[in-house]
Amino acid sequence: MEGIIDKLLNQIQKLGQFGLERLQALGRAGVFLFASIPWGGPGSAGFKDLIKQIYSIGVRSLSIILVAGFFVGMVLGLQGYTILSDFGSEAALGTMVSLTLLRELGPVVTALLFAGRAGSALTAEIGLMKATEQISAMEMMGVDPLKRIITPRLWAGFIAMPILALLFSLVGIWGGAYVGINMLGVDEGAYWGNMQASVEFYDDVIKGLIKSLVFGLVVTWIAVYQGFDSMPTSEGISKATTQTVVVASLAVLGLDFVLTAIMLGSI
Amino acid sequence: MSNEEAFVSIRGMSFSRGNRLIYNDIDLDIPRGKVTAIMGPSGTGKTTLLRLIGGQLLPDKGTIKVDGHNVPTLKRAQLFELRKQSMGMLFQSGALFTDLSVFDNVAFPIRVHTDLPESMIRDLVLMKLEAVGLRGARRLMPAELSGGMARRVALARTIALDPEMMLYDEPFTGLDPISLSVTVKLIKSLNDALGLTSILVTHDVEEACSIADYVCLLSDGKVIGFDSPENLINSGSEQVRQFMQGKPDGPVPFHFPADDFSADLFKRVK
Repeated sequence: MEGIIDKLLNQIQKLGQFGLERLQALGRAGVFLFASIPWGGPGSAGFKDLIKQIYSIGVRSLSIILVAGFFVGMVLGLQGYTILSDFGSEAALGTMVSLTLLRELGPVVTALLFAGRAGSALTAEIGLMKATEQISAMEMMGVDPLKRIITPRLWAGFIAMPILALLFSLVGIWGGAYVGINMLGVDEGAYWGNMQASVEFYDDVIKGLIKSLVFGLVVTWIAVYQGFDSMPTSEGISKATTQTVVVASLAVLGLDFVLTAIMLGSI
Repeated sequence: MSNEEAFVSIRGMSFSRGNRLIYNDIDLDIPRGKVTAIMGPSGTGKTTLLRLIGGQLLPDKGTIKVDGHNVPTLKRAQLFELRKQSMGMLFQSGALFTDLSVFDNVAFPIRVHTDLPESMIRDLVLMKLEAVGLRGARRLMPAELSGGMARRVALARTIALDPEMMLYDEPFTGLDPISLSVTVKLIKSLNDALGLTSILVTHDVEEACSIADYVCLLSDGKVIGFDSPENLINSGSEQVRQFMQGKPDGPVPFHFPADDFSADLFKRVK
């Protein structure tokens, strides 16, 4: 009997320890983010670095985002047509495709792809910098690695994500139009006209952009923090990279629910 | 040794990692303008000592004064200022920035810390690269360099801002004989030409003795000898002689601490 109680207590203790460790990691990540914000402005060297980072995490993610966007749009066109034609309202295809993309799929799928393409690369890059003592070397030169390495990457993610999400939606709408109009015979004027009539700039486009701004910050934050906090060994870096994709994807999906609920005004 | 002569002065410093006590209440003075070699068996925390002096690790207690500043109590900005002004550290791997060319690596600290025009930065970088004999390699990327060359580029980058003190972490490890003697010669000539205080962590007895003015021998968290190389080799302490002459067994045991061997063998495995 006593043995069971001991084991139970042990488990409870482990649970508590697990909770404390998570809380501590969250605190470290918060301090880390706070220290990385450039309170005094980016400076000219920072600006050059920022452009370089936007190129490497934003521009170089374009191919995957554009191809994925086109296919997601085409699938939406196919599925949407099948459902809508049951009700005889194929003309609403443009509305359906564009609202789905702008409000939900654009920001969310872009963020998921971004976590896999750019987030994992960021974590591995920073983890390797740590393992090869580049970060220590920078510190010993009297250069703050947070400002020098982390800040431009955070900004780059924050700037690149909404642009990528917009491009994703744009290409997706084209993909839907291509399938709907050219392959399934939806009236071209109805597709574009109904879309124009029902998409609101603030309610759909801006709210979608706000989502992807939040996702951009969160995904990049998770990626750079995981890299910076990783064990500087090959095992540690591989673990951190996996962790980035898993945590960032879950964070995006969870936050998407919260943001949607707030935006629709139902909470 | 009086305090003015010591560039680094450590008093009553203890440091532990997890449950392992790495330094136990040590006192140590590193004289100004000399080459001091820190030696000791692997795992005694020689590199840890460099990181403590550089402020990358904090001691559990005690003071570490570098040029009069107590490093553990400095604020982050003050610590960065002190490192910028007076410290340079050469890492074992070189730690070059892999996305920058040799030239840009050496220029990096100058660009970050000064507002010099590009033409002057170019002159400075070429001077530093010439000093390590790699002016011709300035367009190469770090991945194209051999280990010895990478370390020399790193050396040029470390002296780019003319530090007063150089910390070398295992500068002789993993070099071929030619690169090794080049590195030894460079460290000595830089120290003499620039009037640096050099601290050199190594377990290469022969190389260290050839250039060091003083040798500090560490074992089990204590300083067991601090003297000129000649005096240490002929030291009265058997422990010091064992290390300096490289004997496999002696007061520094061959075995890692463990339970009794026979008891361990016959222990019932659960």
